[in-house]
Amino acid sequence: MRPFFLILLLLAVPPAFAQDSKKEIERYQRMIADSSPAELYELAGEAAWKKPQGPNKVSLERCDLGLGAGVVKGAYAQLPRYFKDADRVMDLETRLLHCMLTLQGRSREEATKRVYGNEDVASEMENLAAYIVGESRGAPMAAGDTHPKEKAAYALGKKLFFYRAGPWDFSCASCHGEKDKRIRMQDLPVLSSAAAGPSVATWPAYRVSSSQMKTMQWRLNDCYRQMRMPEPDFASDATIALALYLTVNGKGEPYRGPGTKR
Amino acid sequence: MAEPMKIRAVQKGDVTDVRVLMVHPMETGQRKDTSGNIVPTHFIQEVSVRLNGKSVLEGQISQAVSRNPVFSFRLKGAKVGDKIDIAWLDSKGERSQSDAVIA
Amino acid sequence: MNSLRRSTLQFAAALTAGLLLPLRALAAWNKDAFGAKTAADALKGLGVGASAESKDIVIDAPQIAENGAVVPIEITSNLTNTKSIVVVIEKNPFPLTAKFDFGEGALPYVKVNVKMGESSFVRVLAEAGGKFYSASKEVKVTIGGCGG
Repeated sequence: MRPFFLILLLLAVPPAFAQDSKKEIERYQRMIADSSPAELYELAGEAAWKKPQGPNKVSLERCDLGLGAGVVKGAYAQLPRYFKDADRVMDLETRLLHCMLTLQGRSREEATKRVYGNEDVASEMENLAAYIVGESRGAPMAAGDTHPKEKAAYALGKKLFFYRAGPWDFSCASCHGEKDKRIRMQDLPVLSSAAAGPSVATWPAYRVSSSQMKTMQWRLNDCYRQMRMPEPDFASDATIALALYLTVNGKGEPYRGPGTKR
Repeated sequence: MAEPMKIRAVQKGDVTDVRVLMVHPMETGQRKDTSGNIVPTHFIQEVSVRLNGKSVLEGQISQAVSRNPVFSFRLKGAKVGDKIDIAWLDSKGERSQSDAVIA
Repeated sequence: MNSLRRSTLQFAAALTAGLLLPLRALAAWNKDAFGAKTAADALKGLGVGASAESKDIVIDAPQIAENGAVVPIEITSNLTNTKSIVVVIEKNPFPLTAKFDFGEGALPYVKVNVKMGESSFVRVLAEAGGKFYSASKEVKVTIGGCGG
């Protein structure tokens, strides 16, 4: 009778362990967010924002991120959105690029020469992103979803999200379209609904595994790489549409970036 | 010239919470760069914390401390307005020092 | 006297007068202990003797770390007169990770982010009242996600 009882006990362990693992990993995620080097990038970003550059020798301080020229506080929370002066929907990085070109007079080639940095030296975009998003901490996410071009971008983003292609016939939905999926110990969040909230509220993020600040443009680019599909161009319509789709899904979530992730 | 540290010192009752973010690669000598070459060791070895000019904490650390180290310490007997300064020395002989006032 | 002898004497004088001492005397880094490949050798190098297990050393660390590059460890010693704390990560190639000496103005407390090569016990030793005490906690290290 005894061995039978012990076997029952052993069979009862696995699901409990899985739940504990999830809780423990969440605890780890809270602990690393608490003592994160992400702040260093915010400081570097603030300096970059204020640095006069380009042929026009001006800083980005008059850049309009959607709330008026130079208004950084709360600006990220309403991105991506339609911008009248460019007559298109833009995400943070696209808008920064726009300001670099129009305000500072820089060339697209120069401004996008090194959009992703490394563990020793972050890119200008990464630093700027960290600073600007930090200034939206606590704000409820409210990406644009009323203007016709915003609605069109949402529709395109949604279509791309579910579009299967590449050698593995993957789409974003393959990993992020269904509940309770995981890769190794990593829980995969659903991104095609309001469940996208916590994810969009914590990007860009400092990745401890690579010691780098990773932006949303990078995240989308890397997802395509992981699906073995051609990587999208920086600040392309596809990436903006996807970013808007995800962020609109997470509407209302209090922003808490820049995040810290594995 | 080493990157400056970010120090935050906050008085909470009798205790001062000190948090310092340092900028340093803390290379273990086991990592390979994108060309496949080993990146040589380069890490902070000694850390010193002073309160109003007097040493209160001395640390010796290894390359196993994470890149861009973040430390938290707690002091006693200090008050708002007191000065904290933190210095480090690394394996290449490079130094850095930053200070902050307790808020 | 020739100029070399004169300058050597001047140098020696300046050194003695403290003019050429380093700006800041930091606790000298214990090369042998930090270079030791086993926890036992590292502790020997530090002069840490036999230690008694103590619940007064509190280690707050994640049970599972999603990535070994950053594992936050928070240590509090409730032992009276804690002079120093030593952190050893048993399975790391060089187990000795840190030693903190506390002066009068510091509480025996530290939080530090460490690198762990694999799942391992994190051992903390404290010297208090002339004796050594220890505690340990196991941290499991995983690799999350797609590696991206």
